[in-house]
Amino acid sequence: MRQQNILSQVKGLTFRELLYNNEARAFFFQVATFLVIAGLFYTIIGNLFDNIEARGIHTGFSFLKNRAGFDILPFLGNYLQDYTPESSNLTVFYVGLINTLVVAFVGIILATVLGLFIGIARLSNNYLVAKLAGGYIELFRNVPVLLQIFFWYNIFINIFPHPKKSFNFFDMVFLNQRGLYLPKPILESGFTLVIIAFVVGIILAIFMKRYFNKKHDETGVYTRTLGYSTLLIFGLPAIFFLLLGSPLHFDFAVLGKFNLKGGMQIVPEFIALTFALSVYTATYIAEAIRSGIEAVDKGQKEAAAAIGLTQTQSLKLIVLPQALRVAIPPTINQYLNLTKNSSLATAIGYPELMGAFGGTVLNQVGQAVEILGMAMLVYLFISLCISLLLNIVNKRMAIPER
Amino acid sequence: MAVNELQSTRKPPITQIGAILWLRTNLFSSWINGLLTLASLYLLYISIPPLLDWMFLSANFNFGTVNILGFDIKFSEVMADNDSCGKEAACWPFIYEKIYMFIYGFYPREEVWRPDVFYGLTALFILIVRLVRNYKYKNRVILSMVVTYPIVSYILIAGGFGLLPVVETHQWGGLLLTLIIASVGILISFPIGVVLALGRQSDLRVIKLFSTLFIEFIRAVPLITILFMASFVLPLFLESGTNFDKLLRALIGIALFQAAYFAEVVRGGLQAIPKGQYEAADAVGLSYFQKNALIILPQALKISIPNIVGSSISLFKDTTLVLIIGLMDMLAMVNMTSQDIYWLGRETEGYVFVTIVFWVILYSMSRYSRKLEIRFNTENKD
Repeated sequence: MRQQNILSQVKGLTFRELLYNNEARAFFFQVATFLVIAGLFYTIIGNLFDNIEARGIHTGFSFLKNRAGFDILPFLGNYLQDYTPESSNLTVFYVGLINTLVVAFVGIILATVLGLFIGIARLSNNYLVAKLAGGYIELFRNVPVLLQIFFWYNIFINIFPHPKKSFNFFDMVFLNQRGLYLPKPILESGFTLVIIAFVVGIILAIFMKRYFNKKHDETGVYTRTLGYSTLLIFGLPAIFFLLLGSPLHFDFAVLGKFNLKGGMQIVPEFIALTFALSVYTATYIAEAIRSGIEAVDKGQKEAAAAIGLTQTQSLKLIVLPQALRVAIPPTINQYLNLTKNSSLATAIGYPELMGAFGGTVLNQVGQAVEILGMAMLVYLFISLCISLLLNIVNKRMAIPER
Repeated sequence: MAVNELQSTRKPPITQIGAILWLRTNLFSSWINGLLTLASLYLLYISIPPLLDWMFLSANFNFGTVNILGFDIKFSEVMADNDSCGKEAACWPFIYEKIYMFIYGFYPREEVWRPDVFYGLTALFILIVRLVRNYKYKNRVILSMVVTYPIVSYILIAGGFGLLPVVETHQWGGLLLTLIIASVGILISFPIGVVLALGRQSDLRVIKLFSTLFIEFIRAVPLITILFMASFVLPLFLESGTNFDKLLRALIGIALFQAAYFAEVVRGGLQAIPKGQYEAADAVGLSYFQKNALIILPQALKISIPNIVGSSISLFKDTTLVLIIGLMDMLAMVNMTSQDIYWLGRETEGYVFVTIVFWVILYSMSRYSRKLEIRFNTENKD
């Protein structure tokens, strides 16, 4: 289409006219750029293959099947993948991926809760609370997050006691410098049914809410659904749980001679990393929430009061929807930042994607191109998912225009 | 009966004036606010006194005799060592002994005046930028400084050219390295960022496509992956036999990374320029380069200055990541000095010291960016 356009415009021009023709120039520039970039790629990829051959580095992805041969800190990825040093490098990849996702998931939840809390506190009419929240933001925002990770890791290891003198909470939860020991849930056959019941409960609750909303729109009769939803979401799995004879056991940690045995160990690396990332990201989320609430015009609240809405209704129906429209996009961006920053775990040895796979495996195998390429693709995929989410949210939140 | 005297005005009730009024409106306006106030006070009570105690009251300040500006100031008979410092509070003599490492890294002691002059030049640079704000030729002054400052600094720090003895890059470290990476990163990445932003806004589809791909790819991946790429894969991309500096590799990685972020900031500025400005420039017959250099960019960059400073703050924070690929910046120095067998287990002091240094720099930068934001906002209004 464009090609034809250019040809028809350029036809019959002299060389001099061609030189000053905008379409021709644009075409020429684009071809030139393309050639330069293609040439650059051709050269560096040629060099790459020459260098790889010269240094005797293997190529291809066969290294993924090789035995990994190193230990990984026992954490969730390990439990789920049954990792041993005999496992393959591909297993290391999965272990790292799971550990990255766990940090991102827990970190996002903590950062959101903390950020929401701080952001609202920042606008409190209580002088002390507002100043404290402001101080929190200024303190943690202006220190590099890697430094914060090191700091909390160091504090954790130095402050908490030796395993022999663990803090003991009812013989169920233990806390010492090797981490937090929680009871390890052991699922028996049939527990999947409970999970399915839980999911079904959520879906039913959503449908119920929709039905009553529609009814509210049509007839004006408002029904409180919170009680029914809670009953559906938690009651349904509870019934199945009891019917199946409690298919869930806990393996408690036991204090041995030198160390704790059993249980589910939450390593200090994970705690320090998640804590530091949440505390840091929460400052940005708090600012996003604050600017969102401040963006709502004062007249909106006054108008809501004037037409007789209660405080709660005004907050729920008038203020929050407008505040969230401003606050949610930057918050989602911060989720992406948190996920990317989780790669800093490499520095304290938490086995996430860049630590276990991009670090240890890379050192052993040396195939930097393949390994870093895989890691980058994972981050690319995560950030594509998050931008997709952002687009959906933006579309839903956009002011409906007539 | 007539009243011939003025009634003296009664004083307002004590609850309506001064400190009590302030307390009532700001801290105890309702019972829930009162509870919040008490909770905050409790939070301060459990956090601040132990911190002060650790940092100052119980801390060890036995530096021995210190020479400050020619005066001998005696803190104690002898300098404290690791054992005479308790484990319960801070041991500042550790910082005192290692301060050279934190500030200059492994820079040769007899050449230390060079980093000192560099620090002085940097301070002067910032001072001049602030002073010439209302000077007629401020753009020329700033531009000439932006060109000369890196050259002078490079000759000063690296040496060579037959002027000064060469100091290898692996000897650079500490705060010096942090500042070098941040300033070089900003200076290199900014022009690349502007070009990428123009490319992304361009009508030429191929150029737009490549710019967008580059920006979006870089912004999607963490800096560590880029640094690893720069340190492991970049040498493979070049002619075999070319072997270059670890610091240079890190700088290339950081510059490319930061360029993508600057590009988005500048694009924000470009999009804010009214379409009429472009059309007017076209109408008076300016070429693409004239149009951008004379009309569009000056306006777009001016609007984006607060965000450019904001993005530079992020870069400054990100410089700490270079320790992962083995460069010895200020944070890496803490990890290294606390491995010293005479000072084992003093990481906390190191981290607190580095935190204070970073915080002071970053906080002043963020205050500056907020001030700029306010200044530009009012300028737009009138």
